[in-house]
Amino acid sequence: MAARGPGSRAGNSRFAQFKLVLLGESAVGKSSLVLRFVKDQFDDYRESTIGAAFLTQTISLDDSTTVKFEIWDTAGQERYKSLAPMYYRNANCAVVVYDITQASSLDKAKAWVKELQRQANENIIIALAGNKLDLVTEQPDKRAIPAADAEAYAREAGLLFFETSAKTSENVKELFTAIAKKLPLDQAGPRNPRSGPRAGVDLRPEAPGTQGAGACSC
Amino acid sequence: MDEIAPEYDVVVLGTGLTECVLSGVLSVKGKKVLHIDRNDHYGGEAASVNIEALFKKYGNYNKGEEPWKKYGRANDWNIDLVPKLLMSSGELTNILVSTDVTRYLEFKQVAGSYVQQGAGAKATVAKVPSDAGEALRSSLMGIFEKRRMKSFIEWIGTFDIANSADHKGLNISTCTMKDVYDKFGLEAGTRDFIGHAMALYQTDAYITEKGRAPETIERIRLYGNSVARYGKSPYIYPLYGLGELPQGFARLSAIYGGTYMLNTNVDEILYDGKKAVGIKATMVNGHEPGKDMKFETKAGKILGDPSYFQDKVQVTGHVLKAICILNHPLAGTNDNDSCQLIIPQSQVGRKNDIYIAVVSSAHSVCPKGYYIAIVSTIAETTANHHLELAPGFERLGRIEEKFLGPPIPLYEPLENGANDNIFISKSYDATSHFETTTDDVKDIYLRAEGQPLVVEGLREGTNLVGED
Ligand SMILES: Cc1cc2nc3c(=O)[nH]c(=O)nc-3n(C[C@H](O)[C@H](O)[C@H](O)COP(=O)(O)OP(=O)(O)OC[C@H]3O[C@@H](n4cnc5c(N)ncnc54)[C@H](O)[C@@H]3O)c2cc1C
Ligand SMILES: Nc1nc2c(ncn2[C@@H]2O[C@H](COP(=O)(O)OP(=O)(O)O)[C@@H](O)[C@H]2O)c(=O)[nH]1
Ligand SMILES: [Mg+2]
Repeated sequence: MAARGPGSRAGNSRFAQFKLVLLGESAVGKSSLVLRFVKDQFDDYRESTIGAAFLTQTISLDDSTTVKFEIWDTAGQERYKSLAPMYYRNANCAVVVYDITQASSLDKAKAWVKELQRQANENIIIALAGNKLDLVTEQPDKRAIPAADAEAYAREAGLLFFETSAKTSENVKELFTAIAKKLPLDQAGPRNPRSGPRAGVDLRPEAPGTQGAGACSC
Repeated sequence: MDEIAPEYDVVVLGTGLTECVLSGVLSVKGKKVLHIDRNDHYGGEAASVNIEALFKKYGNYNKGEEPWKKYGRANDWNIDLVPKLLMSSGELTNILVSTDVTRYLEFKQVAGSYVQQGAGAKATVAKVPSDAGEALRSSLMGIFEKRRMKSFIEWIGTFDIANSADHKGLNISTCTMKDVYDKFGLEAGTRDFIGHAMALYQTDAYITEKGRAPETIERIRLYGNSVARYGKSPYIYPLYGLGELPQGFARLSAIYGGTYMLNTNVDEILYDGKKAVGIKATMVNGHEPGKDMKFETKAGKILGDPSYFQDKVQVTGHVLKAICILNHPLAGTNDNDSCQLIIPQSQVGRKNDIYIAVVSSAHSVCPKGYYIAIVSTIAETTANHHLELAPGFERLGRIEEKFLGPPIPLYEPLENGANDNIFISKSYDATSHFETTTDDVKDIYLRAEGQPLVVEGLREGTNLVGED
């Protein structure tokens, strides 16, 4: 977990780490966006539930500023509305995804945004991503949600907005970079124990500062 | 809504900690798991709830009132329904580390472990000595007794069951713990805090039953090792409450392909002869009542908590529990942000100890300035439950809010699952930690899978592509 928090400085360089969560209806491409961003891969036939559910990726904003995302994918728990509160806890930013070829998926995205605004950190940065852009580039009649409509909603709700394709990678890097730029690099995230020095104890046996489990104090 | 698969290796009912650890482990081992809970939240009996939910659960307010409003934002509260702490060198910690579930959680130490001596106006509270040095400074013993305690603790520390030369002439496997205490000449009061505050026995049965010395020594060592790990106390506690634990293991299961469904009622267990082979269930849609999803699926086996199998379990006892909201730390505990305080049964004329567990805003379970204290014991009467807990309430001082329900029945399964293919967990018992819970996890795993659960190295070689 986060060893260094937002705003830590070494020499002239700045390094900050943030928790990012993905939300949105099942099969809109959340896991695919993460896979594209982190591994620069895309797989047409990946099983939609199983996946890497905890990834990190860093973005260099300029020569001296690095943002590290600790990315939580839903692990499929959104499918039957069974995401746990733990998932949202201390999220600094969220990507809410819909599928631009599925009209109902934007409504679901809006519901998630509402839920986040109600429950998550006040200062959470939310980006709306209309995914599967490649499908309408090939066949424009597949588009179910006009970009202008989604954009208007995003502006009104104060969200970043991109249309993306995890398949062609269009706008994927741009999406995450825009989030990184909007994050408060100089202040620790609100009530975020993951930022700054760890408040708690480290359970890993090799952790420095802890004695081996075999050492009885008796 | 996606279709549910026609068949799962394992269907798990209830998202308490026991069930979630099992789902997580089984999923990592490649089993296809469907995990269901009738509630809209994870954790079942082991959940943590906000203060509004707590008032509503206990119903201790008048209609039209909203007493939770004076406690700030309801969601700043995560109040455990089960009063337990983790032993920092215990088996649950081991499982958390082996499965990497630690990456979803953050733990803090519990600041102290205390024991009461005496009762009523004469009661004093003292820190439980955890090593030889502390024993020498402890106010619990006189000067000569301290020396005897020191040599006992040192002996426990180097004890090796295989080295009988160092067993003080006792046959450790067949003697009683009384024999061991006698060897060291320990006084009754010292035996009391060793057995109850270090070995964490709730009654005195362990003293005179033959053959229980090795187990007792093991328990004292677990206590010592746990204190040695981070100092202060043997206990650690997850930020945001114990309810994070089942969520963490559920996430582990989901990452390895487990399917999760909350808000889902089990309508029927399907049998082929005596053996359970599947379920019929309904996922309830709270927003659009007409849109419930009914489904049926086959199950290689079914695991679950007692509440899903009322006709297959028996009551083995009752726990009394009062959740109390305070705005001050406990007297005599060094103003610590958290502690465990044990009132040994002998001190207050009972058969079972009274436990007090205190956590606070330091653990992100309540707003600053508040403390959550849970007083619990095993019921010894059929009425007067408030009176049974009274010695605990005396330790708390002024109480802002007290939530005391009827005695909580403890269930255990009637059968081991071999006949009906249903493997049922036990209720969370009155012990102060999770060691019996992980025993239950291992027992269920053995019964259901026919082999012992080995958690060490569980995830080695199974790491998913791309995981950091
Ligand atoms: C920040 C945040 C915190 C959440 N905390 C919880 C929580 O502590 N416990 C929990 O069960 N769910 C919680 N949820 C909601 C849970 O994850 C829902 O299952 C999920 O939001 C489903 O969204 P939906 O709009 O598709 O489904 P919906 O159809 O809106 O909801 C599905 C079911 O979940 C229940 N639900 C929705 N939101 C909550 C909520 N905030 N608290 C309790 N029940 C809810 C609904 O009553 C319904 O029964 C939380 C959501 C967010 C965003
Ligand atoms: N054409 C196209 N397909 C996509 C895109 N992103 C995801 N998919 C496909 O959509 C399906 C669901 O994707 P997944 O990432 O599992 O969705 P999730 O359930 O939201 O995580 C998979 O078959 C993906 O291959 C995209 O940008 N373009
Ligand atoms: Mg996914």
